[in-house]
Amino acid sequence: MNSKIKEPLLHIVKRGDVKWYVAWAIRLAAIVLALIVSGILTTALTGLNPLDVYKTIVTGAFGTARKSWITVQDISILLIISLAVTPAFRMRFWNVGGEGQVLAGALAAAACMICLGDKLPGGVVILCMVISSILAGGLWGFVPAFFKAKWNTNETLCTLMMNYIATQLVAYYTILWEVPKGSGKIGIINQNTNAGWLPEVGNKYLLCIIIAVVSTVLMYIYLNYSKHGYEISVVGESEHTARYVGIKVEKVIVRTMILSGAVCGLAGLLLVGSINHTVTTTIAGGQGFTAVMVSWLAKFNPLGMILTSLLIVFLGRGAGEISTAFSLNHSFSDILTGIILFFVIGCEFFITYKINFRKKTAGKEAK
Amino acid sequence: MENKVVTVSMKNITKRFGEIVANDGVNLDIYKGEILALLGENGSGKTTLMNMLSGIYYPDEGQIFINNEEKIIASPRDAFELGIGMVHQHFKLVDVLTATENIVLGLDGKLDLKKASAKIREICRKYGFDVDPDQKVYDMSVSEKQTVEIVKVLYRGADILILDEPTAVLTPQETDRLFAILRNMKEDGKSIIIITHKMHEVLSISDRVAVLRKGTYVGDLKTKETTAQEMTEMMVGHAVELNIERPDPVDPKPRIEVKNLTVRNEEGILKLEDVSFTANSGEILGIAGISGCGQKELLEAIAGLQPAESGSVCYIEDDGSRDELLKKDPRQIQEMGVTLSFVPEDRLGMGLVGNMDMSDNMMLRSFRKGHTPFTDRKAPKKLAKKVVKDLDVVTPGISTPVRRLSGGNVQKVLVGREIASAPKVLLTAYAVRGLDINSSYTIYDLINRQKKAGVAVIYVGEDLDVLLEISDRILVMCGGKVSGIIDGRTATKNKVGMMMTRIGGEGFDEQ
Repeated sequence: MNSKIKEPLLHIVKRGDVKWYVAWAIRLAAIVLALIVSGILTTALTGLNPLDVYKTIVTGAFGTARKSWITVQDISILLIISLAVTPAFRMRFWNVGGEGQVLAGALAAAACMICLGDKLPGGVVILCMVISSILAGGLWGFVPAFFKAKWNTNETLCTLMMNYIATQLVAYYTILWEVPKGSGKIGIINQNTNAGWLPEVGNKYLLCIIIAVVSTVLMYIYLNYSKHGYEISVVGESEHTARYVGIKVEKVIVRTMILSGAVCGLAGLLLVGSINHTVTTTIAGGQGFTAVMVSWLAKFNPLGMILTSLLIVFLGRGAGEISTAFSLNHSFSDILTGIILFFVIGCEFFITYKINFRKKTAGKEAK
Repeated sequence: MENKVVTVSMKNITKRFGEIVANDGVNLDIYKGEILALLGENGSGKTTLMNMLSGIYYPDEGQIFINNEEKIIASPRDAFELGIGMVHQHFKLVDVLTATENIVLGLDGKLDLKKASAKIREICRKYGFDVDPDQKVYDMSVSEKQTVEIVKVLYRGADILILDEPTAVLTPQETDRLFAILRNMKEDGKSIIIITHKMHEVLSISDRVAVLRKGTYVGDLKTKETTAQEMTEMMVGHAVELNIERPDPVDPKPRIEVKNLTVRNEEGILKLEDVSFTANSGEILGIAGISGCGQKELLEAIAGLQPAESGSVCYIEDDGSRDELLKKDPRQIQEMGVTLSFVPEDRLGMGLVGNMDMSDNMMLRSFRKGHTPFTDRKAPKKLAKKVVKDLDVVTPGISTPVRRLSGGNVQKVLVGREIASAPKVLLTAYAVRGLDINSSYTIYDLINRQKKAGVAVIYVGEDLDVLLEISDRILVMCGGKVSGIIDGRTATKNKVGMMMTRIGGEGFDEQ
């Protein structure tokens, strides 16, 4: 027979049902592999011992009690924003406007603190902040949803544009409210009276953490066990099916996006009222976008997002630490984070597919 | 015909998808100048096998020999170079381009449309195709589009043609024309493999029949020496009854009355024009027509999914009271107490959610029940188990996503859910499309049981033989209008075929 024929070197085969432990073994292998690759790169580029670098990443995130608390608090905020965008994603509504929705909530909270702080009693100010930031976030979610439901506009563009509007609004009010004049920033609001500062529970980090935990549980129940959650899944999978069983698709889109925006608004409230006590255009810090990744990595499962947000925040804080500890350029830590995320995301491919190499032995694989 | 030359030989082909073995050690020979019908139930691996021949999939094990030389077919391009071309069930054409442009699309070499269209005319003349190379695809009928697909394959020099259910979208007259062309191609020495579920077509066109069952090769038969019964038993693996019963309607009463219904689709194109008819309880009203003649819009208008421009759709209770169904959505219709079930054409895109499991799909109709904000998961789970048991759904479990089930089982899930609510009206669109013989007869039986229970059944079908066997009355549609309503017991296939293409057919004698 003709010996010149060439079988392709490899071909890709879809796996059947993957056992959970196989999936996790693949994920673990991906992280180990990522660490090895980053280690080689670290030594090659900087001459540092990669183990030292990894140790610094861990101490950067969890080195002291204070560092640990801040890490967990950061996880909480990212988790809340990720939870917020998730209902929209389950509906296949690509909400990349988390950033703007957080900013809108943050601005509303700050406005209450500045305008009402010395006029109303503290409790009432906080109540106003809660309501207004949730409403503001909800409004930011409503607008693109309404356009989508009414005129079928592209939600990705629309939510993205809403981000710029929110940023510019914050920039405008920063000038209006700047203290002292000409400084270009608002500074700590109500530093003397602490009006509108959210109360500390235990210590100043715990409030965000508690709210994040409660939100995770509630969101999990809402998405998986409620009628609304079921409608969201049906609309996301197939609008035709939804209409076929009499679900009002437009209504579900608008309702879900208001919820999505409102939870983002809540994150904005925490950022202003509990953590920063001020508002800046960068207060959301790109977390509206990072949340998209967190949500996807966890396959839109709120419980899984605890892990994925931990991974992202841990890498981010650790990477920040190595750039200071070894006086490296901050870009270097971004490179490491990038490599690790690349492997973590890339391994999902190997969970779904298997690669067969050329000419295996004749032995049949067990089914 | 006896000194046959083997042109393609597939040896020991195995293909797995995860744990599912789609093809298990299949051996298949194809001779030069023959028409081979490939038969098998859904999920028996016909399409997978052909996809490996045409380079879409790559076999896990086994070899393919073309003219006695082992070849590796790793891509559709490899297949073309070996003279193998496949015409898929779903056409892959660019609507805004002409036939010629579509045909040369993706070919190497200098683009010379004039030369290409001359060559296309030559091919058309040789085999008897009727297509204008300069016509845009969006102006073409379904059968013309199919012609373009076949010419495309021939243009690229294919000697081995694979046709995946080519007649599913054609009228009987168009099918006859296609078969004449296939015979011409056979005379010219081409080998043709045709996948179809319609037995009478297998008998009329093929020289030889190869049968697959559950991914394995069962054997082949000379068409001349076999019968539909024998082929079916080979496919299914046991004896089957190939008769559809048609009990006389018991006490039929008007149930759905459609009057002067006119519907435009979203683009403003007239899809239904002045349609009037009555569907009775305890009766199956068959609806015949070329695909795209308004059947879909008609059912959707009744089900509350398609806004109408004018006319009325009335639901008539046993006591004679009437309810208007137009301008209501499915939920409002449900809340009015009208139990109307609808098995839509697009099972996974409309009737079910492919990524959800069986019990979540059962919930689609019932999830609003109860006054809490939470869904009741127990009742749908129970229903799912009942459907699996009553309808013999083959599934690893009720928590398997329904898209992983085979076509016949998906349809059983859908029909099972729709009849679970004990409907008064049952609308079905292409209920057996793509289903194998065994599943089809299960579905016919289910529909007949509904009829006996006094349900008004509206059955949109494409297989005229079945429509003529199952329907009490047949409404024939033509271009969005009612071409006529005839008695199912006396109608002939020819008559219905004529009425499908011309209002009223040749005469109105039977109306």
